[in-house]
Amino acid sequence: MSATTNPLLEAKGITKYFGTITALENVNLKVHAGECLGVVGDNGAGKSTLMKVLSGLYKPSAGSLFFQGKEEILESPRDSQNLGLEMVYQDLALAGNLPIGENIFLGREPTKNLGFLKLLDFNKIKELTNAHLDKLKINVKSADQKVEELSGGQRQAVAIARSTAFNANVVIMDEPTAALAIKEVGKVLDLINSLKKTGVGVIVISHRMDDIFTVCDRVMALFQGTNFAEANLSSTSRDEVIGWIMGKK
Amino acid sequence: MEDKDKKIVSLHLKLMPYLEKYGILLLLVIMILVMHILQPDVFLSWRNVTNVFKQISWQSMLALGVFMVIVTAGIDLSVGSIMMLSLMILAVVAKAGAPWYIVVITPLIAGFLCGLFNGLGITLLRMPHPFIMTLGTLYIFRGTGNLISGGTPISGFTDEVRYLGHGRIDLQWLGLEKSQYLPVSLVLIAIVYIIFWIFLNHSKTGKWIYAIGGNPNAARASGINVNKILVIVYSLCGFLSGIGALILAGRTDSGYPNAGLQSELDAIAACIIGGASFFGGRGTVLGVFAGVMIMGILRNGLNLMDVSSFWQQVLIGSIIVLAVYVDVLRRDLGTRK
Repeated sequence: MSATTNPLLEAKGITKYFGTITALENVNLKVHAGECLGVVGDNGAGKSTLMKVLSGLYKPSAGSLFFQGKEEILESPRDSQNLGLEMVYQDLALAGNLPIGENIFLGREPTKNLGFLKLLDFNKIKELTNAHLDKLKINVKSADQKVEELSGGQRQAVAIARSTAFNANVVIMDEPTAALAIKEVGKVLDLINSLKKTGVGVIVISHRMDDIFTVCDRVMALFQGTNFAEANLSSTSRDEVIGWIMGKK
Repeated sequence: MEDKDKKIVSLHLKLMPYLEKYGILLLLVIMILVMHILQPDVFLSWRNVTNVFKQISWQSMLALGVFMVIVTAGIDLSVGSIMMLSLMILAVVAKAGAPWYIVVITPLIAGFLCGLFNGLGITLLRMPHPFIMTLGTLYIFRGTGNLISGGTPISGFTDEVRYLGHGRIDLQWLGLEKSQYLPVSLVLIAIVYIIFWIFLNHSKTGKWIYAIGGNPNAARASGINVNKILVIVYSLCGFLSGIGALILAGRTDSGYPNAGLQSELDAIAACIIGGASFFGGRGTVLGVFAGVMIMGILRNGLNLMDVSSFWQQVLIGSIIVLAVYVDVLRRDLGTRK
C-alpha cells in the first residue's frame, strides 16, 4: 500500500443511523487500484450497511466519499455505477424471471433505433454476454437461460459477470463465496485475482479466512459499527484477525 | 428408472417455455372448437364473432392495464371506477357542448390522471400494498363520478364520440355483404395490444417492469428508479381504463352510474386465466388477450345455449382456480428449489 498515490475510493467518517439504531459510526475505508481489501466483522458489525452506503443504496447520515480524490455524493445506485463502483450483493440481486444476458445488462441495456423507436437490441445483448462470459471463463448452457434455472454457483458467477461488464473501477463483493461449492470457490477467487491484475480495486466482505488470506492485500475489521483494527496481510495472522472479529486485540 | 424420470423432467423443462407462451392459445382454440360443435350455425357466424369482439372491447383495455400492474407484482382494483369516472366526465363535457375532439380526449386524460393518483399514492404514501391504495380509490373515483353527474345517467353523444365503440368499417369493396362489417373497436384492440406488446417486450421500460416483478431489489440495485416505473405503470393502466370509457361511451351512448361495476374483477380474472402470475414478472400480452377472449367466448357461448348467468359465474370462477393451479404446477416444474 503506497501512501503517496490517491486511493481509488475512500470513505471518511461514515455514520449511518436507522431510527435510533447506530449501524455505522465514524467508519473510514480506502482501497487503491489493483488492491484487494478484506472487510471482516461479526454479524451486525455493519459490513453490509457500509457496502450499501458505498453503492449509493443508503445515504450516510454523516461522512463523505471520495473517488480518485474527489468528493462524490451518491444519490442512487446509478451514481455509483457511473463512477465504476460495482456491487455483488450477498442476496445476488438478480431477477430470476429474466435470462442471464438481460440480468447482466439490466438497467443498461443496449438499444437500436427503429425509426423514432428505441428498441432493445437482443442480438447485441446475447453477443456481449457470450463474449463477457467467455472472458471470465464462466460456463452456462446459454445466455438465454433464465437465472432461476441456475445453480447457486452459476448465479454467483452471473452476479460477478454483471459487476464487471461495464469497465468497473472498484468491485465490492459481499460474501462472494458463502453459497458456493468448494470447486466453485476457487474459480471465484481466481476471478478476483484477475480483476486485481487489470487495476480494479476489490473490496471483499467475508467470514472465510481462507478467502481473505488467498486474495486480499489488506484487511480491516469492523466491530459494533466502528473501525476496530486494520493491517497488511503480511503483518498479521489468521488468529489475530479472528480475534478482531470477536472484539479482541 | 431414475434415468427415465430425469429424461421426462428434462423434456418438461424443454417444453415449459413453449407451454408458458402458447399453452393458453391451445385452450382458446379448444374452446372455439367446442363452441363451434355445440352451436355450428351461429357461433362462428360473422355476426356472432364481431359481437364477441364488441363485447370484450372495453374489458380488453382494463385487462391490459391491470396486466401491466400485475407484472410488477401489484394490483389495481380501481380500473372499473376509473372507467366510470372517465365516462361520467366525458358525458358531462359532451352535454356542456364541447366539440367532439375535446370530448374524445377528456376520458383519456381523466383516466391517466386517476392512474397517476394511484401511482403517486402507492409510492409517495408508501402504502404497504397497492391493494390498499386502489381499494380506496375504487370508492373515491366511483363516488366522484356520481358526484359530478348527480348519480343519474347522461345519454346522447355525437357520432364522432361514438366512433371507436360503435363505428363500422365497411367491407363491401371486398365483395362482402353489408352486414359483414369490421367493428372499429376490433381494430382498436389490435392496435393497442400490438403497441403494448412492443412496449413491454422491446423497450427498456418494459423490460424494467418485468424486472421489478421478478425482484424489485435487483431492479433497484441496477439503478432502476423503481418508484418512477411504478408511477408510469399505474398511469398507463388508468389511461387504458380511459380508452375503455371512450369505447363504452360509443357502445352504450350513455354515461351511467353502474358502468364498469365489478369489471376490475373481470380484468384480474382475464390476466390470471391468461397466465399472469400474482407473484409478478410473469405473463404475456398474448396471454392476456387469450384470457379476455376465453371469458368473452364463454359468456357468449353460454348465452347462445341459453345457460343461466348463474352457471356462467360458476364456470368462470372454476376456470380461475384451475388456471392458477396450472400456474402453481408450472412454478414447481420450472424453477429450482
